[in-house]
Amino acid sequence: MEMQTVRFYQTGTFTVGNRLLAPHERSVQAEAQRANALTSGHRACQGCGEALGARYAIDAAMRATGGKIVAVNATGCLEVFSTPYPETSWQIPWIHSLFGNAAAVASGVAAAMRRKGTDDVRVIAQGGDGGTTDIGFGCLSGMFERNDDVLYLCYDNEAYMNTGVQRSSATPPAARTATTPAMGPEPGNVFGTGKNVPLIAVAHQIPYVATASVANLRDLEYKVTRAMEFRGARYVHIHVPCPLGWGSAPADTIKVARAAVESGLFPLFEAVNGEIVSSTKIRRRTPTADYLRLQKRFAHLFQPGGEARLAHIQAIAERNIVKFGLEGTGA
Amino acid sequence: MLKQTEGSHAIAESVALCRPKVICAYPITPQTHIVEGLGEMVKAGELADCEFINVESEFAALSVAIGSSAAGVRTYTATSSQGLLFMAEAVYNASGLGLPIVMTIGNRAIGAPINIWNDHSDSMSMRDAGWIQLYAETNQEALDLHIQAFRLAEELSCPVMVCMDGFILTHAYERVDVPSQSEVDAFLPPFEPRQVLDPAEPVTIGAMVGPEAFTEVRYLAHHKQMRALERIPALAAEFERRFGRASGGLIRPYRTEGAETIVVALGSVNGTIQEVVDEMREAGVAIGSVAITSFRPFPLAALREALMHAKRVVVLEKCLAVGLGGIVSDGVRKALSGIQLNGYTVVAGLGGRAITRASLKRLFEEAGRDALEAVTFLDLNTDLVAHELDREAGTRRSGPTAEALLKRLGTVSARIG
Repeated sequence: MEMQTVRFYQTGTFTVGNRLLAPHERSVQAEAQRANALTSGHRACQGCGEALGARYAIDAAMRATGGKIVAVNATGCLEVFSTPYPETSWQIPWIHSLFGNAAAVASGVAAAMRRKGTDDVRVIAQGGDGGTTDIGFGCLSGMFERNDDVLYLCYDNEAYMNTGVQRSSATPPAARTATTPAMGPEPGNVFGTGKNVPLIAVAHQIPYVATASVANLRDLEYKVTRAMEFRGARYVHIHVPCPLGWGSAPADTIKVARAAVESGLFPLFEAVNGEIVSSTKIRRRTPTADYLRLQKRFAHLFQPGGEARLAHIQAIAERNIVKFGLEGTGA
Repeated sequence: MLKQTEGSHAIAESVALCRPKVICAYPITPQTHIVEGLGEMVKAGELADCEFINVESEFAALSVAIGSSAAGVRTYTATSSQGLLFMAEAVYNASGLGLPIVMTIGNRAIGAPINIWNDHSDSMSMRDAGWIQLYAETNQEALDLHIQAFRLAEELSCPVMVCMDGFILTHAYERVDVPSQSEVDAFLPPFEPRQVLDPAEPVTIGAMVGPEAFTEVRYLAHHKQMRALERIPALAAEFERRFGRASGGLIRPYRTEGAETIVVALGSVNGTIQEVVDEMREAGVAIGSVAITSFRPFPLAALREALMHAKRVVVLEKCLAVGLGGIVSDGVRKALSGIQLNGYTVVAGLGGRAITRASLKRLFEEAGRDALEAVTFLDLNTDLVAHELDREAGTRRSGPTAEALLKRLGTVSARIG
């Protein structure tokens, strides 16, 4: 997809208003006929980044496929808040099987579609970071290596929020969770742990991998749309703040997500066939402290003695900026 | 068509005749030859219009099956032993969602100690997972049961396990009659799913259900199996009419008329039991046997009818409820509620220990004198056990038990008799 540099932003927000764009560039959400795949009335918390990310992602996929989508959902917040029996917020065919098998179930749905001669129906698997990077990782890797025709969407809120905020392998260093309390000489999650599943996905050399953020919804829509142009295994990892688990204000979800991106802690990139092909440049560098300060899970870093750990986190961001080429001019 | 073939290959042919659209496979002994056979057929184009998916674990195998079945196509997989345990969460899930998947279990023991040989510990561990469980006595019956299983599963929207003894059946070459495609097509109509993932008619499958309806959902699963109690004999009868041989059903009594002693068992050991029954009948002993084909649903009424006039019932089990004794025995006792007779549990054939005619004859004679313990371990090496118990009593750091037993036996060669 050809990208056009857009220079008209709404004051102070870096958000490009739809009214400033050509109709074909406008957000899916600006369309009266948008799918509303995840419709209103669900039970997500106020300011839930995952609900926002899921709605944008699935609606973009709906537009890209003419509404021919089947979704497979891992156990987790998204599953629980969207389908309390007998209600459902999903306006698409949707199945929840288990916590750790969404990728495999999706592989099965895709195989069935091929055999039914209906492979214009595209399959999406989705889950949180726990269901993706931990318990569902085996099935995810299997789906990747077989290059099954599935788009996997990971909504990363950096811990097991549905069970009460426990550490996952996507929890960042120093973050306080219920299982990494802010106590002792190294409060919060320890440094030097965790895994980068987007890069692991790239290492599988699948057709398409991208990271996205609810801070940049247009970019999120673009990446899901782009993913639907490929056949085979695709992975989009979406950063979604969780006000409850992060201790941030519900009204600040976008602000927090943007600070993660603009500080370099959550790099946005795309990879095609195992090669990183683009990264989103940081528009206005934000110190990591400005990101961390918005969240109570990092409050201990701002107590006396937290300086070294703060510096360590800043160094992680600096390394990302170099590694992913996040500096410079860009769209 | 009559063929001299390996049990696993017979099953592969039978499954292929049922026209599955998705087969997922993960290797585990002793079911491997079945999916290898099917993989070959798909690759060679003999089994057309079918996806064969090599997955990374049994958990994934059944998960892929859940996806394809929910998307509305006929789906098959097979496993054994540890593999069944590894997919346990998905086993419950498939039945909870009401997905008519058919899965072969090449029955094998569960470790530790690791053991690849036959017993029924694996499928018995999933007896309450909501699947129908059918146990085959011969390779012919295993072949036939798969054809019946797809029909039963899809009629009820309930998954079915066809259990066949690992090695004893899966690896045995014997004569089987493989039906023609047109015969199978006439018996097994195309799959019409009750629920399907379809953008034209979107549904939510697998919603969270709280206390307000969970009991009702579970009751309906039970109700489905109660209906299976009627459908299993009906399908077996229809199968016999069409194919000209008796296979399946709930139970199969053998020479139970006037029997004072009746032996109850599952699977291939029934062949050996029937030979011993014949031998003892010739000697004037009033003995018979009953093979349980349908373990889930458990045929309480049919068993009561078959056993109620006996003086004693010996339940021979290839599994062990550790700390209790028998698993099958519990169901048999429930079937005989209120009836006075002597009941014995015999645990036999664990981990591939051969169940010989000589041992069975000795056992049944003891039972006839009502000289059996309530729970008996057939051919238990009591010296070996006593020695190990002494050794463990004598030293705290006694080391791993299994290795000590093998050392004492003085052989690591395969001695299964």
